[in-house]
Amino acid sequence: MSAKIDRAIYEIGHLDTLAAGDSLLHRLDPRAKLLTTAIFVVCVVSFDKYEIARLLPFFLFPAVVIGLADLPLGFLLRKLLLVSPFVLFIGIFNPWLDRSIVAQIGPLAISGGWVSFLSLLLRFTLTIGAALLLIATTGFAAICMAMERLGTPRVFTVQLLLLYRYLFILIEEVVRMIRAHSLRSFSAKGRITYRVFLQMLGNLLLRTIDRAQRIHMAMLSRAFTGEIRIVRQFRFGYKECLFLGGFGGLFLCLRLTDLTALLGRLVLEITG
Amino acid sequence: MHMADALLSPAVGGTMWVATAATTVYCSAKVRQSLDDRKVPLMGVLAAFVFAAQMINFTIPGTGSSGHLGGGLILAVLLGAPAAFLAIASVLTVQALFFADGGLLALGCNIFNLGIFPCFIAYPLIYKKIVGNQPTQGRLLAGSLIAAVFGLQLGALAVVMETTLSGVSELPFSSFVLMMQPIHLAIGIVEGLVTAGVISFIWKARPEILERAAGDQPLGALSVGRILIGLGLVTVLTGGVLSWYASGHPDGLEWSMFKVSGQEELEAPDGVHRSLEEVQTKTAMMPDYGFKASEAGAGEPAGESGKLGTTVAGLLGGLLVMLLGMGIGFIFKRRAVSHPHPHQHPHA
Repeated sequence: MSAKIDRAIYEIGHLDTLAAGDSLLHRLDPRAKLLTTAIFVVCVVSFDKYEIARLLPFFLFPAVVIGLADLPLGFLLRKLLLVSPFVLFIGIFNPWLDRSIVAQIGPLAISGGWVSFLSLLLRFTLTIGAALLLIATTGFAAICMAMERLGTPRVFTVQLLLLYRYLFILIEEVVRMIRAHSLRSFSAKGRITYRVFLQMLGNLLLRTIDRAQRIHMAMLSRAFTGEIRIVRQFRFGYKECLFLGGFGGLFLCLRLTDLTALLGRLVLEITG
Repeated sequence: MHMADALLSPAVGGTMWVATAATTVYCSAKVRQSLDDRKVPLMGVLAAFVFAAQMINFTIPGTGSSGHLGGGLILAVLLGAPAAFLAIASVLTVQALFFADGGLLALGCNIFNLGIFPCFIAYPLIYKKIVGNQPTQGRLLAGSLIAAVFGLQLGALAVVMETTLSGVSELPFSSFVLMMQPIHLAIGIVEGLVTAGVISFIWKARPEILERAAGDQPLGALSVGRILIGLGLVTVLTGGVLSWYASGHPDGLEWSMFKVSGQEELEAPDGVHRSLEEVQTKTAMMPDYGFKASEAGAGEPAGESGKLGTTVAGLLGGLLVMLLGMGIGFIFKRRAVSHPHPHQHPHA
C-alpha cells in the first residue's frame, strides 16, 4: 500500500519537476497552452468512431511538444498505461458487438468493431497525452491562474491552489500513520481492519480540521480578507499568438479537410 | 468509474462541461456570499484530506479485496453543499491533470457524476432528512448508507447514459447498466459504512464540529429545487443545441464552418488546389460517414479495389504525417540534449 503512496508522491513531484523546466514551451503564457490543448481535444474526439487515418496526424502535436520541451517519453507512456484499464474494458466490447465486415485484406476480414476499438485507443492516447503534456509544460499553479484569467471564479481557483498546497503535507501525514500502524501490527502484516481504518480516518480528519483552523489564524494575522491575491505577470505576445494560431489552425485544418488521404494519394501516384 | 475523453462525443462532453461550469459559478457565488472566510482554508484542506484518505485501504473481511473512502458525501456533511461541490471539483481536477484520470473534456462529466449527485441530491434530500439535527447512531448509519448508495447509483447511471449517448462504445444501454449498477451498489455500501463510521467518530470526539457544519449553511428546500431546475434547463438547452448541430449537419465543426464562411467547406481557389481537391473528392476515404453506409449493406463485397485503395492512401498519409511529427520531435529532443539549458550554467 505504501508503495502506491510513494508512487503517487513521486509522480506528482516528477510532473512538477518537469513543469519547472525552461524551454520555449515552458515560457509560453499558460492561457495559450490551455486553449490549444482544448482545441486539440475537441478536434480529436469529434471524429467519427471508425476514423483511424485522420487521427494519426494529430500525433504531430505531442511529438513536437515532447521534443521541444524535452520531456521523458517513457515516463509519460507509463502513466498512460496505468490509466488505460477502464477505456480498454469498455472498448474491448466493440469487436464483440460490431462484427460487420468493413475491409478485406487478402484472407483477413476486418470488422467494424476492431476498427472502432483501434480508433478508441488512438483517441485515448491523444486526449490523455494532451492533458499530461499540458501539466508537464505548464505546472499546476500556472494552469490555475490561466483558468482564472479565462473566467473561472476566484473562489474555485483559490480552492485548487490550497488543495495542491496541502496535498503533500496530508499525504505525508498518512504515510506516517500507516508506517506507525504497520510497525505495531506484527501478526496482521500491516493489513488494516475496518475498525482501525475508521479510527485512522477520524484522527486524520480531526488533525486536518485543526490544521485548517491554524491556517486560518495565520492568514488572519497577515490581513486575510477571504480573498487570496495573486501577483503574477501574464503576457500574451506574438509567440503565444503564433502558437495558438498555428497549432489551433492546424488542428481545425486536419479536422475539416482530409489532408492525409490527399498526401497518401500523392505519394502513391509518385511512387508508381 | 471515471469517464474518459475517448468515450465521449463533443456534444455530450460539451453539455456536461457547460452544466458543470454553471454549477461551479453558482457555488462560488454562494460561498463568497456566506462571508465565512474560515471556510476558505477549510475547503482546501478538507479536499486534500479526501485525496490523502483515499490512499488508506482497509481489507474487506472475507472478500480479499479492499475498500477506501470516496469522499463526496463526507465533504457535503462537513462543508454544506456549495462548498463541498467546489472541493470535489478541485479533487477531480487535480486527478485529471496529474493522474490522467479521464482527461480534460471528460472532467465536466466526472465533476457532474461525482459532485452534483452527492452534494445536491444525496446530501440534502436523503442524508439530512434522515439524520436531522439530533443524530443517533442508527440514523447516522441509515442516512449515510442510503445517501451514499443512491448518490453512487445515480453517478453510475450517468456514466452509462453519457457513454451510450456519445455512441463511441458499442455496449448496449441495458447490458452496460446491468454491469455498472451492481458494482456501484457494492462501492456505495462501503462508502456509506465508512462515511457513517467517520462521522460518528467525529461526533463522539468533537461534536461541535458537526454542529457548526450543520448550522452553518442552512440549505433550504427552495434553493436545492432552484439549482436542480436551473441545472436541468441548462443541460437540456445546451444538449439540445449541440445535438441539433450534430444531427442536422454532418458534424458540428463542419456546420460551424458553414456558418462562418457561408459554405460547407472552404472553396479552394483554382489551380493546384482545385486539382488536388478533385483528387481528394475522388479518393475521399470515408466521405461523410461512408463507413456507416457500408455497414448497412454489409453483404456487398467489402474489398472493392477502389475503396481499399483509398483506405490505404488515407492510412499511408496519416502514417507519414505521424512519422514526420516524430522526426521533428526527435530532432528537437536531440538539440535539447546537446544544449542542455545554457542559462543554467552562469558560472561556466
